[in-house]
Amino acid sequence: MALPIAYSSINSGKGFYATLALLAGFIAAGAAAFLYVEHHGHVVTGMTNQIVWGLPHVFAIFLIVAASGALNVASIGSVFNKKAYKPLSRISGVLALALLAGGLAVLLLDLGRPDRMIVAITTYNFKSIFAWNIILYSGFMAIVGAYVYMQMAKGMEKYKRPLGILAFIWRLALTTGTGSIFGWLVARQGYDAAIMAPLFIAMSLSFGMAAFILVVKYTGKATGNLLGSKMTWRMGRLMGIMAAAVLYFTTVRNLGNLYAAEHAGVEEFILFSGNIFTKLFWFGQILIGGVLPLVLLFAPNKGESSSRVTLASVLIIIGGFAQLYVIIVGGQAYPLVMFPGMEVSSSFQDGVVASYMPSIYEAALGLGGVAISLLIVVFAMMAFKLLPRDMSDAALDPHHAVKAK
Amino acid sequence: MSNISLKDQYINKTRRDFLKKAGAGVTTAMLASGITLMAYPDPALAREPNEGVDPTKRWGLLIDVNKCTEDCNECVTACSQENGWKLDGNPAVDSQWIRKLKIKNPKTGFEQTFPVMCQHCANPPCVDVCPTGASFKRADGIVLVDKHICIGCRYCMMACPYKARSFVHEPLEDQKSHAPRGKGTVESCTLCVHRVDRGDQPACVDRCATKGHGALMFGDLNDPKSEIAKTLATYATKQIRADLGLDTGVRYQNL
Ligand code: SF4
Ligand code: SF4
Repeated sequence: MALPIAYSSINSGKGFYATLALLAGFIAAGAAAFLYVEHHGHVVTGMTNQIVWGLPHVFAIFLIVAASGALNVASIGSVFNKKAYKPLSRISGVLALALLAGGLAVLLLDLGRPDRMIVAITTYNFKSIFAWNIILYSGFMAIVGAYVYMQMAKGMEKYKRPLGILAFIWRLALTTGTGSIFGWLVARQGYDAAIMAPLFIAMSLSFGMAAFILVVKYTGKATGNLLGSKMTWRMGRLMGIMAAAVLYFTTVRNLGNLYAAEHAGVEEFILFSGNIFTKLFWFGQILIGGVLPLVLLFAPNKGESSSRVTLASVLIIIGGFAQLYVIIVGGQAYPLVMFPGMEVSSSFQDGVVASYMPSIYEAALGLGGVAISLLIVVFAMMAFKLLPRDMSDAALDPHHAVKAK
Repeated sequence: MSNISLKDQYINKTRRDFLKKAGAGVTTAMLASGITLMAYPDPALAREPNEGVDPTKRWGLLIDVNKCTEDCNECVTACSQENGWKLDGNPAVDSQWIRKLKIKNPKTGFEQTFPVMCQHCANPPCVDVCPTGASFKRADGIVLVDKHICIGCRYCMMACPYKARSFVHEPLEDQKSHAPRGKGTVESCTLCVHRVDRGDQPACVDRCATKGHGALMFGDLNDPKSEIAKTLATYATKQIRADLGLDTGVRYQNL
């Protein structure tokens, strides 16, 4: 059967230093934004007492959700024993860790008191799903770290699969936990729904797969080690199925909300009232992030195409950001219902739709988090042998490649 | 003593009482306890409270909406003066511990106004979600934020059904020593805990009475002989969003 897979690290490639410089630049901008907000207070951001979580949280939650999904390939390899995916397990684990690190960095740097991070890590209120998430995140780091190590160490064969399974279960818990941050907000008409957990799992599978495909394809292209087109297509189709699941859960959630009288107001607000959230929902999330990728990946008689997978991945990521923006910001913009059926007004913006204009600092912080994730991946690829030396279809999956001929 | 947090102080108080009773003296109790990263001198908190937090009490407010007049904003002003927060021309980000709300029935045109502040829930969602335990409920039902532990994540603001909380968006000056605040932390109505602990009633209640409205009543919901408990036993009263089952300490009459 197949020869053992050979791995290599990278330290050069087309645009290698330009990529590093670009990422470093984004991180520097993020750091500057952080220091500025830290000094002046959150008044310089677009966030208010109505929109308490803004663009940084959109980025942070996107990265955290995608982190768990980036582990797809490793899980398929070790839990579901699909041979062709195994050689990509290492990079899959590392990308998962890196995305989580970037997301957490944004979340922590946006705190009102980031200097008290140590408090967040050492003082727990075990009733808080947030505190549980901190444990879930740390555990994820540890387990996936160990998993990647086992992949690379010699003579650890027998631990790979159990660790892979543990990582698989853990990531489901992690995404459920992240979704539950919103699902448990009973008072907010936009969030209070158990469907948030499965919705977030589907989102993680699809966003994470998209991020994985883009990172591996880009690296392969830059280093002249192209990812096989059959493999790309397989992963792309898988991503498409997950994107379809996101659409499905979105439909269930929104229809359910429309019928539940308590949620109907906020639902109409998002779906039909014609504001920025309506546009982001229909154009960003549904069209760009859902329908178009599905057409690209599943339209009949089109054949397989690696570049259509790339395009679909980009669209899914754009749609993902739109979706999280609608969920996070849109859910808060709609006024909290304290007196059903009454018109409410006050000096505290009761009863009015809160407006939110993200500031440049929030965007810089969020993009800085993305850059942190990517830079970690690049550094890891330099330091460790993460990528198979040959990512062609024939090398990854000789059996499959032969059959296809 | 001055550099321990509110919550620690509360815990330590209990501990201290125990130690006192055990004859071990007062000075020992302070060193244990959690993390305190920023200390501020605070005479009001530093004093040795003669009366500690009494777990048999449940402090609450009763607001008679019929007695509250539309153009009056005295309770809000009183709170702002007492606790040192102010509306500074930027209502989207300025702190508001208490606000006057106006509701109107769109079908009939009937209007009412009344103040809304932290409802001091018996089952407070803000406390449940707070990752660090900075949001806490005292044994006597008063819900507070420990500004030493709050990391400013704002999850409690997401969780509160009454929008009772504000995030301090800007550096502060002129703080009141009895009502510590801090940039980057979350705050809300303390039920004037510093006044309650010395046997007074909250500033809003006082002011409303002085102005002759008497729309606000403060007292111990647990004490059947208190005026507030008697009124609650006699008249129909409401909790805002009672459907959530939070058992608020602030009740409304004629709403
Ligand atoms: S009203 Fe809001 S801030 Fe006050 S105790 Fe209830 S949930 Fe907490
Ligand atoms: S902002 Fe402060 S009080 Fe509120 S949940 Fe976060 S740590 Fe707790």
